Amino acid sequence: MGNSNTQAQRPLSPHLQIYRPMLTMMMSIAHRISGVGNAIGFILLTWWLVAISSGPEAYATVNDFFGSIFGRFLLFVFSWGLIHHMIGGIRHLIWDTGRGLDRVSIEIFAWGTIIGSTVLTVLVWIVGYWLRGGV
Amino acid sequence: MTTPLAKARGLGAAHRGTETFWRQRVTAVANVPLVIFLILSIITHVGADYETIRAYLAQPVVAIAMLALVISASIHMRIGLKEIIEDYVHGEGAKVVAILLATFFAAAVGLACTLALVKISLGS
Repeated sequence: MGNSNTQAQRPLSPHLQIYRPMLTMMMSIAHRISGVGNAIGFILLTWWLVAISSGPEAYATVNDFFGSIFGRFLLFVFSWGLIHHMIGGIRHLIWDTGRGLDRVSIEIFAWGTIIGSTVLTVLVWIVGYWLRGGV
Repeated sequence: MTTPLAKARGLGAAHRGTETFWRQRVTAVANVPLVIFLILSIITHVGADYETIRAYLAQPVVAIAMLALVISASIHMRIGLKEIIEDYVHGEGAKVVAILLATFFAAAVGLACTLALVKISLGS
């Protein structure tokens, strides 16, 4: 109480430079990066919906772009970002209940997010190509 | 000097208590089935012709799910971007500008998607 030193230099969060890199820390950063990536990827969804609402010509343009190598690359990254952020988010919701915060669980969750999101994304694309009937 | 009781009454520095924290969780839970729905919608319509995709999106249940996704994701996006900016942008002016831009971005994509879905639903 009555501490006159309240304006002292307090540490700011988070000090990325001073930590030894750890998997769980990288996953926390990856969750944020995928979140920002999904926000940017939302432009693709917006473009797609606006094109469909505009008419066949606009839809043809957006379809051509998404069918190109670069378009497919962007969509692949976006889909991986969405799935990664979703699994990482479910992990956060479990933590919110106070469960799974021990050292072993957080490592399992970290690997589960990496492997699960990658496998699911590849699976989504395989199913997509299969439904389309080829490349 | 703020006592713990005064802090609790004032609901913290932003005077909103845990409202934003809770809203981020509500939208997160909503986004899980809605994003799965979006991904399934897209992979089942890869390369679909214009009439097919438009008719699909014009179905009321599909349109409602898409609108729910767009609204929930925009809110979630805005809170998430703001949180990251608050952590890493330390200059007060730059922080305010960055948060404003994040808010405008979330509102812009959210509104554009909403208008597109309404137009598709009404066939105009």
